[in-house]
Amino acid sequence: MAQGRDGVGVSEDPARRGVPADSPGRPLPRGIHRESPVGEGVYLTKLDLAINWARKNSIWPLPFGTACCAIEFMGVVSSVFDLSRFGAEVVRFSPRQSDLLLVAGTVTYKQAPILRRIYEQMCEPKWVVAMGVCASSGGFYDNYCTLQGIDKVIPVDFYIAGCPPRPEAILQALLEIQKKIERNPAPR
Amino acid sequence: MPVVRLARGAITEALRFLRDEPSYRFDMLTDLTVVDCGELRDGDRFDVVYLLHSLERGERLAIKSPVPEEDCWIETATGIYKNADWTEREAYDQYGVVFRDHPNLKRILNHKEFVGHPLRRDYDIYKGQWLSEVDDLEDELERRRRRDPTPRGGQADAMILNLGPSHPAAHGTLRNLVELEGETVRYCIPEIGYLHRGFEKSAETHEYNQVIPYTDRLNYCSCLINNVAYSRAVEALCGIEVTDRCKFIRVIITELSRIMDHLVCNAANLVDLGALTNYWYLFNLRERIYNVIESLTGARLTTSYTRIGGLWADITPDFEEAVRAVLKEVPKAVGDTLKLIARNKIFIDRTVGIGVIDAEEAISFGFTGPCLRATGYEYDLRKRHPYDHYDSFDFEIPSGHQGDTYDRVMVRFEEIRQSCRIVEQALDKMPSGPVNVEHPRIILPPKKQTYESIEGLVGHFKLIMHGVNPPVGEAYVATEAANGELGFFIVSDGGMKPYKCKVRPPCFHIYSALPRLVEGGMVADVVAILGSLNIIAGELDR
Ligand code: SF4
Repeated sequence: MAQGRDGVGVSEDPARRGVPADSPGRPLPRGIHRESPVGEGVYLTKLDLAINWARKNSIWPLPFGTACCAIEFMGVVSSVFDLSRFGAEVVRFSPRQSDLLLVAGTVTYKQAPILRRIYEQMCEPKWVVAMGVCASSGGFYDNYCTLQGIDKVIPVDFYIAGCPPRPEAILQALLEIQKKIERNPAPR
Repeated sequence: MPVVRLARGAITEALRFLRDEPSYRFDMLTDLTVVDCGELRDGDRFDVVYLLHSLERGERLAIKSPVPEEDCWIETATGIYKNADWTEREAYDQYGVVFRDHPNLKRILNHKEFVGHPLRRDYDIYKGQWLSEVDDLEDELERRRRRDPTPRGGQADAMILNLGPSHPAAHGTLRNLVELEGETVRYCIPEIGYLHRGFEKSAETHEYNQVIPYTDRLNYCSCLINNVAYSRAVEALCGIEVTDRCKFIRVIITELSRIMDHLVCNAANLVDLGALTNYWYLFNLRERIYNVIESLTGARLTTSYTRIGGLWADITPDFEEAVRAVLKEVPKAVGDTLKLIARNKIFIDRTVGIGVIDAEEAISFGFTGPCLRATGYEYDLRKRHPYDHYDSFDFEIPSGHQGDTYDRVMVRFEEIRQSCRIVEQALDKMPSGPVNVEHPRIILPPKKQTYESIEGLVGHFKLIMHGVNPPVGEAYVATEAANGELGFFIVSDGGMKPYKCKVRPPCFHIYSALPRLVEGGMVADVVAILGSLNIIAGELDR
């Protein structure tokens, strides 16, 4: 089994690696143990933790971009803010292929059934981020056509404030979602 | 603008005459809207307003036709101007005015289960209505089939495909239902309104200055131009003229926004064609311009920088240097991209001769901006009706040859260069002086005056409590935005909030020509054509 970046799994030859994952002083990810009854260079963990670790570092976001916030999302995936640093650059526009629904922009009553449908089409496990005040609460569009927050139709895991949020805030949301995935007690 | 009042039964005939008579030649229906005059006068409740424009003669004309509330109908203009189709549907949707003999009179911005007409003054702004099921558009498709004089193929081999409103190859919230025959598009039915977020109704419940943040979010790729366009309209209504320095700053921010808008449009268009690298080149430049805008306005995207009668603040001391530094990077980003695409066989095959439209038809659809200039018709408000000292700058209006996707992309690249020239000249010539008009009922007095003099205090109090109150009247002011003519038609009843505020978004009219551009072509071309039209849902649906 190949050596993962954070030291999960079993390495065949620790000496051949650039930086040994078990070099003294380097903390190992939560739930991964260096002391092993099997032998040198062998790490033990629970399968659940390994799955969570893999999931959180390979999020495939589906940007449901409807309005201005989507333009800021375009900024986050481009070179300056570079979402790929966090393992989430494989943006997919198909709900079947993604696990993070990022609702960027205003959702109207006309759009609501579509958002609901897209959420239902995504496979478990899935997470939802409401980006910007429009997606979170309707924002300053308190009127006859704007849905007052996407949580009226789908569950939301993380809300980002801002109109639009700064790109850094979107990165933070991603990190928070990663923490949430890591804490998931029973990944299936 | 002169106003003519006409009876509703004479509209069709009158419009046809005004369009065809050589001494008038009102060839473009700039916009069509309705004013709910219930609170302004007794008698007929609605005025249907036609804003006409003769591009050659540069003259505008407004036609108003009163319509009573009961028995609420008027003749259709669909046989005369092609964009009357959608504009009439919008007027019907928002106000409930029925256009007799309209071929497809159904709601356009609000959903099909909506009850009532939200822009009537007595519709409660907070009364939202849920939609249970999305429109399948079968009725429109059927009507479209029936209108086709030469139906091709049988029903059996047709494939119905929903491109959008959330589709890997479609942008934002645009939906197109297409009927395919193999890979050829037989019919295309666009459905819009997914981002209709009630700009016009919201504007009626906010003070004039409070509407500015809403204008940011119309065309969110070039917010500053919207700010400027809206402020100019209200200033015209108030009859004030902003200072020279303000005008120059407005020119600079307008042109920087135009550059950004074109960068996003072309970058996204190229991604749609599979050329991802260009996206990085162009977006990096955009990020640099963002930094300048952010240090000027405090926000990257939603700027709200103008005020009625001036600006939120003067430019920062390092602004000029920062802008000049950014301008130096434009040629590299544009040049790198052009090197990759200008002689690229794939790009040329996918854009040349695709989505062709000629000038006359484009005008009938209400095309303006780069999409009209791509047809070879050199029309630009900055040259034809110069405002904000545009006539004192040396720049050219790029135009295309045949109005295809290639021309639309290339016109935008060239406009980026021209905008750089304008910005440089404006920086060189920037006058000193105040940025705001001196008018206590329009612009807040300086803080020092507010604290130290009674006049200052009163002025501050009055403006905060009662806002800007333009005199009773109406104005239509057009600005050359990145996408074309962005107009605001504002009616004032003398109060602190607009009685009516109608936006004339350039891409609404352009998008209504999509079926005409894509039918008969390949399905992959729909994506390329759509990208080159630069449809921004925020201003399309408002
Ligand atoms: S939160 Fe603000 S920026 Fe984002 S979609 Fe809403 S209005 Fe636009």
